[in-house]
Amino acid sequence: MRNILKSTVALLSVLVAFTSCDTASKSNSGALSSSAAEKVYVAPGEHDEFYAFISGGFSGQLSVYGLPSGRLFKVIPVFSLDAEKAYGYNEETKPMLNTSHGFVPWDDSHHPDISQTNGEIDGRWVFINGNNTPRIAKIDLSTFETTEIIEVPNSAGNHSSSFVTENSEYVVAGTRFSIPIPQKDMPIKDYKSNFKGALSFISIDPKHGHMDIKFQLIMPGFDYDLSHPGRGKSHGWFFFTTYNTEEASTLLEVNASQNDKDFIAAVNWKKIEDYVNNGGGTMMPANYAHNVYDEATHSATSTMKKEVRVVNPLDVPGAVYFLPTPKSPHGCDVDPSGEYIVGNGKLSANLTVHSFTKMLAAIENNKVAGDAYGIPILNFEDVLAGVVEQPGLGPLHTEFDGKGNAYTTFFISSEVVKWKLGTWEVVDRQPCFYSVGHLMIPGGNSQKPFGKYVLAMNKITKDRYLPTGPEVTQSAQLYDISGEKMELLLDFPTVGEPHYAAGCPADLIKPRSKKLFKLEDNKHPYATLNEADTKVVRDGKTVHIYMTTIRSHFAPDNIEGVKVGDKVYFHITNLEQDYDVPHGVSIIGANTSELLIMPGQTETFLWEPKQIGVWPFYCTDFCSALHQEMQGYVRVSPANSNTPLKWSLGEDIE
Amino acid sequence: MVLFVSLLMSCGGKEEKKKKGFSYEKKAPTEQKVKKDESVPASKKIDLANKGVGPITSISLPSEIDQTMVTHGADVFKKLCTACHRLDKKFIGPAPTNILSRRSPEWIMNMILNPDEMVQKDPLAKALLIEFNGSPMANQNLSEEDARAILEYFRTLK
Repeated sequence: MRNILKSTVALLSVLVAFTSCDTASKSNSGALSSSAAEKVYVAPGEHDEFYAFISGGFSGQLSVYGLPSGRLFKVIPVFSLDAEKAYGYNEETKPMLNTSHGFVPWDDSHHPDISQTNGEIDGRWVFINGNNTPRIAKIDLSTFETTEIIEVPNSAGNHSSSFVTENSEYVVAGTRFSIPIPQKDMPIKDYKSNFKGALSFISIDPKHGHMDIKFQLIMPGFDYDLSHPGRGKSHGWFFFTTYNTEEASTLLEVNASQNDKDFIAAVNWKKIEDYVNNGGGTMMPANYAHNVYDEATHSATSTMKKEVRVVNPLDVPGAVYFLPTPKSPHGCDVDPSGEYIVGNGKLSANLTVHSFTKMLAAIENNKVAGDAYGIPILNFEDVLAGVVEQPGLGPLHTEFDGKGNAYTTFFISSEVVKWKLGTWEVVDRQPCFYSVGHLMIPGGNSQKPFGKYVLAMNKITKDRYLPTGPEVTQSAQLYDISGEKMELLLDFPTVGEPHYAAGCPADLIKPRSKKLFKLEDNKHPYATLNEADTKVVRDGKTVHIYMTTIRSHFAPDNIEGVKVGDKVYFHITNLEQDYDVPHGVSIIGANTSELLIMPGQTETFLWEPKQIGVWPFYCTDFCSALHQEMQGYVRVSPANSNTPLKWSLGEDIE
Repeated sequence: MVLFVSLLMSCGGKEEKKKKGFSYEKKAPTEQKVKKDESVPASKKIDLANKGVGPITSISLPSEIDQTMVTHGADVFKKLCTACHRLDKKFIGPAPTNILSRRSPEWIMNMILNPDEMVQKDPLAKALLIEFNGSPMANQNLSEEDARAILEYFRTLK
């Protein structure tokens, strides 16, 4: 009897289990369905298909994720201090954060973009803009490290940046806020017609990626919001959305929403480049930092540049036109063919798409509706390709799948809407959780997008994860776009508040990824290339310690003769020549971060001992079974003592 | 008498100094250990037949030592190996002096070129890892040419 009862209960529970499974699948639970789970599941030991470089927003950094798994691989320090990697803390990288305003330890990182060759993503560098203290950074994708930062003078709120032309000729940086150029002490109310907006064309050295400001176009005092390069047929042009064509300096939420239409500025940069190459433009006094990290010396240098070439658009007839675009357009996106320029008018009910071909025809037929400060304004109807009617509320950004479809984010109605280029019909819409800002399709800013996934980066997270107090991470959502309908696959948290991302197939980057730095190529001025050369050198009140690391000891590990008040520089070379064997180090009381030294690399930190005693230092990165033994001591004597300088390692070994 | 006492005292002082620190089951020097448990530690074991695991399967050494190679090998050894190996005393790892009387040339090169697999699969390499407190032989990513030059250099260490 008892057994029968037992089996009945078992049978019942099996039935219940079946029923609940059934309910789950009927409720169309998106990511909970097994097919969605399979699509994002990357088995242990397997690699993701795509890299996604997602801006770190107000963290100032750039995060690296895998798609489709949403796994976080690395946070690359760019504009902000990073104690984990000693970025901005060690002597080698401090110059990276130098600006005309001195050492600036933070920025607001915005729009990453990957370098291109022949209109396709080439996976060599990522560029990203610092919005607050205008800068453009270059990240080398062989090391995933920031190797160059250039400050942008005459700019403020470096927002319509940092987009790359189709052969990486230029990375372009436009100002969001207009300012007096040159800066001067003047009443704010005199903004109108006195303030200007600079659009900077920064050339990229094709071999090393070194950046140099080729010219700045000094435009009327609007807000230049976002931009994208022309491509294919429109290669040679650049397009910038503007708002605040009202030129208001106060209460912009009302005053900058007065005009029915603002503009997309179309800039023929090839024309201006020719003009500049023939001596056009004027050199203007300026002061801006150019910081370059050298992989051979493992060190950065900062150079202050003292002038910049500026170009008045009126001096280059036919180089700049304004395309009227409804209602404070935000995103300015160009389709893979280069024909369509989408103005995402954020206060407009419709989405406006301009035609490059029609624009050229209007220019050729000199159909000008008027001018703004001498810059010709074309007729809205003459350049309009089509309108996507009432697709949603609050359009912000559009990306393309390379199959004739466009995907636009709508902030207010919190959704991604898929529509067709040419017919302008809405095909599908999927909700975002919540209030989506940017979106990204790998290769989306190129002639060849990889239209398999779209990543939506949401501004509001609310209930998507376990609560973590008042502050929650921002959230990204991944959709499968390989079919006619989009399918939500995955939520994952992001670093800071992402503004845009850039993605590409992992195969473009994986084979070029460095595993270590060769000791023989180490040209750091304080490198110690073998243990026999380790030493401690006193120069007045400065002490240089030439130290090495290898599993699992420091050489030297006993140091005497350091005095209170000394400036002690630990120059540490990691002698390892194997992949994934960094060593870390710090010493008690150091007013700086640890070092994390990659194999073959030299890094330096400063220690200013304030108390006598014998102070330990140790390896901070678990390096081997004997990691806990990787430690040493520095004896600190009074400032007036005669303790001789002495260093050693393992003298007592049997 | 006073002198005698003070001498005694100073002697006593010295004795006290010697006693500082303590010892608890400290490892006896290797030689003693050999006698005690009559087992030979891996670093002293002679095995010229074992070729190890790795890219080097067979190598023949000409009778004449190649001095150019020796110079190059000594240079590479100094740069990449001295952090853990002293020529004639046990340091982090064993001393290379007389290594060719204990190991085959193939084993030596495989240990340099393929240490990760060696400590997993080769019985001698495994035993060495334990003898040297689990301190791993680092893979310094040498070329085969560099490893061969080090081998030539080792031939001169007797």
